[in-house]
Amino acid sequence: MADLTALTLTQLRDGFRAGDFSAREIAEQYNAAVAAARTLNAYTVETPEDALACANTADAGRQSGDLKPLSGIPLGIKDLFATEGVDTTSGSNILKGFKPPYESTVSAKLREAGAGMLGKLNMDEFAMGSSNETSAYGPVISPWKRSDGGNASLTPGGSSGGSAAAVAAGLAPGVTGTDTGGSIRQPAAFTGITGIKPTYGRCSRWGIVSFASSLDQAGPMSRTVRDCAILLEAMSGFDPKDATSLDAPVPAWEQGLSSDLKGKRVGIPKEYRIDGVPDEINALWDQGIAWLRDAGATIVDISLPHTKYALPTYYIIAPAEASSNLARYDGVRYGLREAPEGGNLDAMYAATRAAGFGTEVKRRIMIGTYVLSAGFYDAYFTKAQRVRALIKQDFARAFEQCDIILTPTAPSAAFGIGEKMSDPLAMYLNDVFAVPASLAGLPAMSVPGGLDSQGLPLGLHLIGREMDEQGVLNAGLAIEERAGFTARPGKWW
Amino acid sequence: MSVDTATVRHIAKLARLQMSDAEVEALVPELNNILGWVEQLGEVDTTGVEPLATVIDQKLRLRDDVIDADPLTGGNVRDKVLLNAPDAQHGFFAVPKVIE
Repeated sequence: MADLTALTLTQLRDGFRAGDFSAREIAEQYNAAVAAARTLNAYTVETPEDALACANTADAGRQSGDLKPLSGIPLGIKDLFATEGVDTTSGSNILKGFKPPYESTVSAKLREAGAGMLGKLNMDEFAMGSSNETSAYGPVISPWKRSDGGNASLTPGGSSGGSAAAVAAGLAPGVTGTDTGGSIRQPAAFTGITGIKPTYGRCSRWGIVSFASSLDQAGPMSRTVRDCAILLEAMSGFDPKDATSLDAPVPAWEQGLSSDLKGKRVGIPKEYRIDGVPDEINALWDQGIAWLRDAGATIVDISLPHTKYALPTYYIIAPAEASSNLARYDGVRYGLREAPEGGNLDAMYAATRAAGFGTEVKRRIMIGTYVLSAGFYDAYFTKAQRVRALIKQDFARAFEQCDIILTPTAPSAAFGIGEKMSDPLAMYLNDVFAVPASLAGLPAMSVPGGLDSQGLPLGLHLIGREMDEQGVLNAGLAIEERAGFTARPGKWW
Repeated sequence: MSVDTATVRHIAKLARLQMSDAEVEALVPELNNILGWVEQLGEVDTTGVEPLATVIDQKLRLRDDVIDADPLTGGNVRDKVLLNAPDAQHGFFAVPKVIE
């Protein structure tokens, strides 16, 4: 039997339909790969029996002619998505043992499309982090190693670090991620895979553990642009249970894929040339420009003047919303409870939250509580919301001159575990290119572009107009075809 | 604006986070560092700019006024609601005594 874990999701789907292999064979190989890769710490819960049961249904469906879009495909699900009867902890001690009696809309849609579940994927606690080091389960180890002969453990990025590592290491053909300020795109870039965050509201947030509600958006991560288009189609759609869900039809993105960019204008924002970014990253950006020109696009210089204010804006708005969302973890309805002997209700809340939350989550709750507190609300929170309006306006003006924007995904390749943990600000800077699109609610994607001098993947980042996922996917496909990125980490685990 | 230990203790109280003296001491410079950095937003002229609360241009919908319309989020699911409670008694969430 061929190694099915080496195939793309598209190849698995098509091969299964053609009868080249059974869904059970796919599930068995992936289950074995997951079990053999525990060193990477990518999965927090393994559900091999679920993957097998769905595979059996898919095999029976193929016999009877009942094929669904994702029949035969097993997926990894980020631990932020509520999965019925399966532990959902958001990478936090405060939710250890929580088994939701309901399924998130996104994961339910994937199930309805025929997909099985391989397990739950590790992540930064409540998605707060860019290296997966804040997880209560410990960091995920990237399958990639530097080519310098050293054996340093690298981060797969975050917060969807388990998701990224699982795809890169062949532990899932596709996964769900969530992106609040770059949590799909930065880990995709660090691990040499593809990931897209759709327009805010495309994917229902119902049943996804909330971090910053005005920013959170689910999306797929996979090996190729086509794989992402297939998964995004299955995940998207209107949901009356989410008041911010977009009531709009889901386009046939896979069918609409085309790498012919004739007549398209690609904008290059001058403010994204940032001091201190390695030459290799700027060189890859220039290469990306050449690739898109080769695909028929015209290149135009654009300006996004408020770019430098995006990160500070984000680090007011996201913690503010988080401090409010995380108020629900109080030891009463679910999760951990610490009740000091003879203590009152307030003492129980404070002790539960002190014991249950990790350092980064506490830091952000504190920032959020401070900027929302009496006397500071207008100076910080309202001010940030006003700057957010200007950032959104920058993009609206830019999209009068261009159809798509190309930038690097992250300001560096993957770094070593522990290298940036002591400096929260240095860690926050990782999302400098990803955050503006999040603040504006725009669709954005990372596609692998090449390797740096250490042999580590670097990503290119495409930002599209609101609702124009097709434009983002198409430009991504044009880069993918030209980059010919086939590098995979050597198996050492 | 900068925070001191008294402010950090006050914020921790508002946030319902029990904190040791050492944690409070450690947070003072960290929060000041982050707040100093976000204060660069003061450079931006936002006169006349409306604060942006939501990026999508749509009004928040109201649910149909029907009792228990959704089988998942409607009523009659008491046992499911209590399923994950650390302490559920007699069909209620149990908490430390609140009223003397």
